[in-house]
Amino acid sequence: MDVEASVREVVGRQGRDATRLLQILIALQDRLDWLPPAAITAVAAELGLPRARVEGVAGFYSLLHGTPAGRYRIRFSDNITDRMQGSEALRKRLCHLLWTECGKTSEDGLVSIGTTSCTGMGDQGPALLVNGRAVTRLDAARIERIAELVRGGVPLDDWPAEFFRVEEGIRRRGPLLGTPFEPGSALRAAIARGRTGWGEEMARSGLRGRGGAGFATATKWQACRDAPGADKVVVCNADEGEPGTFKDRVLLAHEAERVFEGMTLAAWATGARTGFVYLRGEYRFVLDALQAVLARRRAVGLLGMGILGEAGFDFDIEIHLGAGAYVCGEETALLESLEGRRGTPRIRPPFPVTHGYLGRPTVVNNVETLALATWIALEGGAAFAATGTPRSTGTKLLSVSGDCARPGVYEFPFGVTVAEVLEECGALDTLAVQVGGASGVTLAGHEFGRRIAFEDVPSAGAFMVFDGRRDPFEIAHAFVEFFAHESCGFCTPCRIGTTLLKNDLDKLARGVGGKVDLANIEWINRLLRNASHCGLGSSAPNPVEDGLAKFRPAWERRLRSLEFEPAFDLDAALGPARRMTGRSDPGAHLDREESSQ
Amino acid sequence: MSGQFQLDGQAVPFEDGQTILQAARAAGRYIPHLCWHPDFPPHGSCKLCVVKVGGRHLSSCAAPAVEGIEVESDTAELRAERRALLQMLFVEGNHFCPSCEKSGHCQLQAQAYEHEMMSARFAYFYPPRPVDASHPDIVLDFNRCIFCELCVRASREVDGKNVFALSGRGIHKHLVVNAESGRLADTDFAADDLAANICPVGVILHKRQGFRVPIGERPYDARPISRVELAAGGREADE
Ligand SMILES: Cc1cc2nc3c(=O)[nH]c(=O)nc-3n(C[C@H](O)[C@H](O)[C@H](O)COP(=O)(O)O)c2cc1C
Ligand code: SF4
Ligand code: SF4
Ligand code: FES
Repeated sequence: MDVEASVREVVGRQGRDATRLLQILIALQDRLDWLPPAAITAVAAELGLPRARVEGVAGFYSLLHGTPAGRYRIRFSDNITDRMQGSEALRKRLCHLLWTECGKTSEDGLVSIGTTSCTGMGDQGPALLVNGRAVTRLDAARIERIAELVRGGVPLDDWPAEFFRVEEGIRRRGPLLGTPFEPGSALRAAIARGRTGWGEEMARSGLRGRGGAGFATATKWQACRDAPGADKVVVCNADEGEPGTFKDRVLLAHEAERVFEGMTLAAWATGARTGFVYLRGEYRFVLDALQAVLARRRAVGLLGMGILGEAGFDFDIEIHLGAGAYVCGEETALLESLEGRRGTPRIRPPFPVTHGYLGRPTVVNNVETLALATWIALEGGAAFAATGTPRSTGTKLLSVSGDCARPGVYEFPFGVTVAEVLEECGALDTLAVQVGGASGVTLAGHEFGRRIAFEDVPSAGAFMVFDGRRDPFEIAHAFVEFFAHESCGFCTPCRIGTTLLKNDLDKLARGVGGKVDLANIEWINRLLRNASHCGLGSSAPNPVEDGLAKFRPAWERRLRSLEFEPAFDLDAALGPARRMTGRSDPGAHLDREESSQ
Repeated sequence: MSGQFQLDGQAVPFEDGQTILQAARAAGRYIPHLCWHPDFPPHGSCKLCVVKVGGRHLSSCAAPAVEGIEVESDTAELRAERRALLQMLFVEGNHFCPSCEKSGHCQLQAQAYEHEMMSARFAYFYPPRPVDASHPDIVLDFNRCIFCELCVRASREVDGKNVFALSGRGIHKHLVVNAESGRLADTDFAADDLAANICPVGVILHKRQGFRVPIGERPYDARPISRVELAAGGREADE
């Protein structure tokens, strides 16, 4: 299709609105398979933006392609749990069947195969995305079939529907997942209390944000309400990029009414009129269903002007897609992305509650936080606070994956011990549990009596189980690769430090590390922790520090010597010369005590 | 409103709205910085201006001055951390100071001297970064970019041109120019743009000016950057 015609049509559909730049680029790639330079130029011209700015945005998001990509763009989810389920072998097999290399586009332009960070299917992996659509439960047979479908040029709509089926995945229901919800009921209860009364009810609940930081939700809402500015905003953070987390996926797919009603409850508390859901691109499979729920809510007066007949209660919700950037879960990076920019975290203060989306007072809350507000509206803050622990009220959704019999989402009251969760999910011979994702904590056996709670082991929702077959070094290594891949690159310590850390761990993995590397690693960690601009950089050392503290033998096994060992491997560097001369005899190698090949 | 805070044990007065770095500078006290520029709002990316307040690290170029706080800046710990940040910047790009036209008025090099950086410590990345010499008056040597975005900001906010932007992410972040060809010659960039004269390192260089001021006679050859800076800020540090 003609590039300029496509651009005109897509930009027109998005209202020629520069804040929708990312949405425009996503829609354009759907048509063109990639974003050719001419398309970038045309988008800039249509929107009246500098071309360089459009190129800068397009280059930020890893699901957008600035170089020719295949008509089938396949990305294997590359979380450690996918790898444990054999994703690497499956990826190699698919590359082999399709005559291509990982990270490249096949010469006929048919297919490109690569990897992407965790796609949020930890309970039904290994998983991949094909042109942004999630395929779950990969196995050898499915890979063979995919190769045939690709080779045959079969459109995705004609692929077997079961490939795209995302199972519900709920394993344990509590008050949130187990109570039927009537749309509008929570709003009626909150409206009956009045805006102030509803804010007080929230304060009584003690609800703390479920996105990671655990900030008191009522305080955040009150601050936004008090901030000067009439045009306030509520944002639902559905970026869920933390590896091993998929509980928001389950809420969006099965409790969307509660999520949207929670946003509307936040609007009632703050006076906001505009709402956004920032939905990670990997979760596009729920987009149509979410739009349908929004339409239904508008039709019955739960969104729009004068909600439930309450004069002046006007609020509506729009969904924006992400395109592969973990950092966009950080609330200020998210706001930048929502404004159609690169997802780089802002300087704080000012905080979003006073200066958020387009400088307007903005509340950003996690999906689960918002869904829980419906429970508080219906049952009251005191009832909510009666569940969990005094400092961590209510229940917590855990995304359980890895080495266990029953992976899935579990709703537990806060205060549940790690051992209790392991018991319930059917985990045996557990060596380690990663709570809270890559940026969370690695727990060793002696810590399984600890509790999931803000005051003990906080969790943004991930609970990845590793049994005795696993190598703790590889767990940390995978997470370090994740941070290096996801660093936004804004600040020095994280942009460079995450890659230095990855290079050092690569070196240990190759078996050529020495004690000096451990010292280097500690030093890099210190800079990351102390000097980073946002939580991504400052939590990047976590898996390494936990690994070194709790599983040191697994690391020291990797050390080639206790002495200095150069990063430069002279023998390996001679490899190309050996290949060119066709030599492989001992004389063509440097003497070495052991081979690292 | 105004107030006072302690910087390494000495009082620094401040006006409301000033950052720690601004107040310090106005009082003739130096806190190292790279991405900060007196004529622009703080950027907060290089982190060289890192200080400690109440045990927490802060970017002093962005953190508001607050009454009564105790700020640590010139301590062994923070100097070591700043030195490591500089080492990171050196291994990230390709910096061959002896052959660089900017040597002696490069802020990165000057900060390395200021912080007694004797080696790069980390393994070099050696990224491939082609040079753009297409423009009649300017050459862009991307090998030295530290991503302070001063050129981006100056072109956008002062020159009104948007010649530069950043693209890519993480360690693959890179500077791009405002042309489909990717060539500076195809933009409206001019040698007297502020953006052509603001780069703190040796990326944006004027052609036919090379070594007009001999090495050894350049600003940071004679005096450390801290002193040059304070002189430029209107206040010479006490001897
Ligand atoms: C690198 C990074 C990634 C984050 N990702 C998410 C995310 O995917 N979802 C989320 O709700 N919060 C995420 N957060 C936390 C948000 O910044 C913010 O604290 C949260 O959305 C606030 O909502 P809450 O108060 O309901 O928890 C992330 C933070 C950082 C530093
Ligand atoms: S810490 Fe990392 S992700 Fe956060 S701003 Fe710095 S470079 Fe970006
Ligand atoms: S070219 Fe110079 S001014 Fe521009 S970002 Fe790079 S270092 Fe900064
Ligand atoms: S000068 Fe403060 S971060 Fe660069």
